[in-house]
Amino acid sequence: MKNEITRDVERVVLALDVNGEARQLLVAVHKTLLEVLREDLQLTGTKHGCELGECGTCTVLIDGRPELSCLSLPIQLQGRAITTVEGMASGSELHPLQTAFAELGAAQCGYCTPGILLSARALLEENARPSRDEIREALAGNLCRCTGYTKILQAIELAAERMR
Amino acid sequence: MKVVGKPLAKVDAAAKVTGRAIYADDMLPARTLHCRILRSPHPHARIVSIDTSAARRIPGVVAVITGSDLPVKFGILPVTQDERALEHEKVRYVGDPIAAVAATEEEIAAAACDAIAVEYEVLEPVMSIEAALAIPKDERIQDYGGPNNIHKFVSLEFGDVDGGFARADNVREDVFFFQGNTHLPMEQHSAVATYIDGRVTLWSSTQVVHYVHRALAKVLELPMNRIRVIGAAHGGGFGGKTDPFAHEIIVAKLAMLTGRPVKCTLTREEVFYAHRGRHPVLMWIKTGVTADGRISAMHFRSALDGGAYGSYGVASTFYTGALQTVTYDIPAYRFEGCRVFTNKPPCGPKRGHGTPQPRFALELHLEKLAHDLGLDPVELKRRNFVKPNTRTVNWLRVTSCGLEECTDRVIKASAFHQRKRFFGRGMGFAISSYLSGAGTAIYWNDMPHSEVQIKVDRGGVTAFCGAMDIGQGSDSVLATIVAEELGLQPADIRLVTADTDTTPIDLGSYSSRVTFMAGNAALEAARKMRALLVEAVAAKTGAEASAIDVSEARVGDCSFEEASVLAEARFGTLTTAGSYTPPKIAGPYKGSGVGPSPAYSYSACVVDLDADARTGLIHVNKIWIAHDVGRAINPLLVEGQVEGSVYMGLGEALMEEQVFRKGLHKWPSMLEYKSPTFLDMPEVETFIVETNDPEGPYGAKEAGQGPLLPVPPALCSAVYDALGVWIDEIPVSPEKVTEALRRKEKGEPPRYGPPRFPSIPYPEAIKVQPPPKDFDAAAATI
Amino acid sequence: MAEEHGARAMFVAGGTDLFPKLKRRQFEVETLIGLDFLPRVIRNGSTECAIDAGVTLATAAHDSHLQAGFTGYAQAAGLVSSPPLRNAGTIGGNLCVDTRCNYYDMTYEWRKAAGFCIKKDGDICLVAPSSPRCWAVSSSDTAPMAIALDGVVGLAGPEGDRELPVSALYRDDGIEYMAKRPAEVLTGLRLRKSANTRSAYVKLRRRGSIDFPIAGAAVAMELDGESVIGCRIVLSAVASYPLEAAAAEKFLKGKRLDQETIREAAELAAKPAKPLDNADLSHFWRKRMVRVVVEQAIQRVSDQRAGFGG
Repeated sequence: MKNEITRDVERVVLALDVNGEARQLLVAVHKTLLEVLREDLQLTGTKHGCELGECGTCTVLIDGRPELSCLSLPIQLQGRAITTVEGMASGSELHPLQTAFAELGAAQCGYCTPGILLSARALLEENARPSRDEIREALAGNLCRCTGYTKILQAIELAAERMR
Repeated sequence: MKVVGKPLAKVDAAAKVTGRAIYADDMLPARTLHCRILRSPHPHARIVSIDTSAARRIPGVVAVITGSDLPVKFGILPVTQDERALEHEKVRYVGDPIAAVAATEEEIAAAACDAIAVEYEVLEPVMSIEAALAIPKDERIQDYGGPNNIHKFVSLEFGDVDGGFARADNVREDVFFFQGNTHLPMEQHSAVATYIDGRVTLWSSTQVVHYVHRALAKVLELPMNRIRVIGAAHGGGFGGKTDPFAHEIIVAKLAMLTGRPVKCTLTREEVFYAHRGRHPVLMWIKTGVTADGRISAMHFRSALDGGAYGSYGVASTFYTGALQTVTYDIPAYRFEGCRVFTNKPPCGPKRGHGTPQPRFALELHLEKLAHDLGLDPVELKRRNFVKPNTRTVNWLRVTSCGLEECTDRVIKASAFHQRKRFFGRGMGFAISSYLSGAGTAIYWNDMPHSEVQIKVDRGGVTAFCGAMDIGQGSDSVLATIVAEELGLQPADIRLVTADTDTTPIDLGSYSSRVTFMAGNAALEAARKMRALLVEAVAAKTGAEASAIDVSEARVGDCSFEEASVLAEARFGTLTTAGSYTPPKIAGPYKGSGVGPSPAYSYSACVVDLDADARTGLIHVNKIWIAHDVGRAINPLLVEGQVEGSVYMGLGEALMEEQVFRKGLHKWPSMLEYKSPTFLDMPEVETFIVETNDPEGPYGAKEAGQGPLLPVPPALCSAVYDALGVWIDEIPVSPEKVTEALRRKEKGEPPRYGPPRFPSIPYPEAIKVQPPPKDFDAAAATI
Repeated sequence: MAEEHGARAMFVAGGTDLFPKLKRRQFEVETLIGLDFLPRVIRNGSTECAIDAGVTLATAAHDSHLQAGFTGYAQAAGLVSSPPLRNAGTIGGNLCVDTRCNYYDMTYEWRKAAGFCIKKDGDICLVAPSSPRCWAVSSSDTAPMAIALDGVVGLAGPEGDRELPVSALYRDDGIEYMAKRPAEVLTGLRLRKSANTRSAYVKLRRRGSIDFPIAGAAVAMELDGESVIGCRIVLSAVASYPLEAAAAEKFLKGKRLDQETIREAAELAAKPAKPLDNADLSHFWRKRMVRVVVEQAIQRVSDQRAGFGG
């Protein structure tokens, strides 16, 4: 039952497309996307709450769709577009969702915010005029303990309106 | 007011929405070692031996420590210094830390923990309040307190309780149970330490840098000036990061031993073991009312399941009996409280600290009394509301009080009295109150509870304060207050907060104290700074100081920058300071330190729900909540706190529970510990009520905790309204509802809840004379 | 390749079931064989629909043909876990999803403290210690629906390709819960129905999202006007395999769908369900809820027939 950690860990060269940048790196083959983003690419905007797929905190976009980086292996993601919260703004101009979240107080401790922003962005790209229930459905995998969700819903609606 | 009262974005909003905010686990200094902690697999056992030799031999392992490396005990309260960072004599719950490893990789540290051999002598675990009250089979969990596994007794009596009951026309008794639950912050606790030139620096996800600082100094046996504690960006606390924690001490010790940065981030499972969450509390309440629905006497008993260590538990015990009187005018009151040790992770302060449980019992009990009397519960409660500017029977000083207005707002908006009555649909109402900061410090001292320094230099303003922004927006409140006084915008104020090297004392983000206490300190410092700027401008321009307006980044005829240059030239370096010490208003009795606050917030809430009689499933349709915050310094942040409190209260009422099976936490995971999702949260309509508190900064009081309290009882009242059954314990899971309905059908009492309150050997109550009528008015004239 | 590596290798598609289990050391493998190379297409026909195993649950849930013709299946796929997991998780993965038990789906450290169970590293079942077998619960939402819709899976292995009815894919055992050989890969699912088949899936769980089912009912019915020609009712999360309610199916055949009939059928369907104390909420309550979810699922099918939508 001992953890056989002492044996050599296989490392692989990965070519990843992260926020539109081509990144090449050598990492242990079993590292999750979450770990590679945070530890190897210093993209610490992606947070984690359980690392077991139960909270949604580590959500990133894979080809525009929200997926959990704690349950993804980078080796399976080569050639696919990975978007993190660091890739939301264009230059120093914030994404309308980011602006709305800031203005309406939709981020309190801010820890679930990156994942929620990305889930919301994917939703708005598919549906420019989501109803409140559609937003709830789309965000139902992202837990937040601070806000009670109200301000998040309002912020997504405000951003959707501004983006139309 | 230029910025106070405006719904401005938080000063750290941009950092939070871009992923730039640096939380403790985001830090990875060069050469960082990763730490993992070996924890007890037994709920109760003596440690016979610990063999770390195999772990030390694993390549990549740099240091392994055990309890003998950190033998000094600590604890948040001076009276319960009962914790060790690593335990080498005895473990008291599954998850109690035993040894720690620093290694080059986290996986290596985990493997090394697995390689540590610990020999235990297993002891009988104590897993319930009843078991803790009985004679232990093997031995007691702690070697203080008693008899048996009782930790603490409180027994107080105010006024003529027996006389009050004799005078009553109706007397009713009820028993309630509030299940324990946990904070579940999205961020797992994390700490990083360095040791450079004989100085420890610790970055941590903590609510109180000051208490961590004190605990580190004690356990590491270093002077405080050799230790610096910095609060990293904070991923949620709710009270759960208010104690000093083992992992914070461990990484500091490991940094001292290895000379390298050491980081420890708890796994989600470990967060459940760190806990310090809501105490499970069993309660018995007896109230006498006169024919006109006025309370004549109340007797309240509580039994708290404290878990294995003291934590804030002594204070929690007092809190289960303290605040009943600040919402209802109770002329005679007896409180008997008791906290027991059990072999579970220690309970402590969670949002509302010790008061949501008695609030749940009290509100439901009064509902039942109203039904007994054939009175509308809202009306019964209203008849007994406390009045502003009074002293309660247990000497608590009530100043501003918006109970009436809060009640009016939610009753009207929800059309409570016009609701359609049919089986399966119901509405419930409840009120509550909470502190705006505890009036006395955790450890005895005469220092201010908060200090703020302001520096003005080359037109820039920096405010220094020890308070920790845990997401509630305390940094924004500080910036708003300073900006208001200096005629600037919050974004113009640079902030240095939560750093024991650079900021003066603040007792941290708990007990809803920061806006009130740090806010008042900031107000004082800012007004002093404003006076210096005004005086300098007056001297230069010859204008009357009182005529100089400070606003729109101008001081009279000068720009703010010009004014600051004039003032610096006149006075030298421009620094001012302000501090806040709460008024000494505690009553003249032992134990009076828990309960007093410079001001109380008030809330009222209505819950509307559908309850399915067949399944017991509840669907909450809407919640209306009104909160007397005194004055909203930023209404956006107040709403956020209120909505968040409602969310957490609803989670506790419906699904969150920290339960144990065979000595183990039944489900230490985010999948099985149920936190409501977007789809489980109803619409919430929030009303901010402003009563302009005489002592709060600009009249402000707390908002972060009080609004949680009325949600569970309002929900249970609504279930009764819908189905005619009382659920006297939370969470209200569907199986409890169907069971209560089954009992109702069989003609048994239509309720689900604890059948009885255990016999507890409370000591003789200390009898306390209530304060004389008009006590504060009399004091004010002296 | 899988055969070469034996028990130390596992297949991974979406990874949403596998990775948490690797992290909790419920699975210990040296090699993972990615299935990304497999096709991901839905081929629709009027009475048959073939779905590649690699199609994500989100894609299946949103497929308009599935929604219209195989309604219950699209519903079941859309009710699995949460949106980000459905974007990664595949329909093949959900058919193969490991059985669950709250003594088993825990971290290594927790299981070590509790005492390891028969499903992994131990020798007794902690839910039913006197029983010689493992009672972990089948927790797939789509498997019961696939059985109800007469599904057939394609399996590819070292010994060649074969087809297996979904109803024959599972075994009544918490450990050896699948009849699929370890080196075989599930390549696709074919669902079949008649022109008059309607279907619905009802899932019971504590929260609106994320949670696994604690009871579920998959119903597919062939209707001729008011009366039932044929019907399949399969339950999820009440046994170690998707439990088909044969007695209720037989009872409904030839009957008109009125309230009383639906109620009686649900009663019959609930009888064989035997939830144990190893999932969320009490097993007594879960047992009582089985008839409710069955009733709701039949009612939904009945409503579809009446043109109330699905």
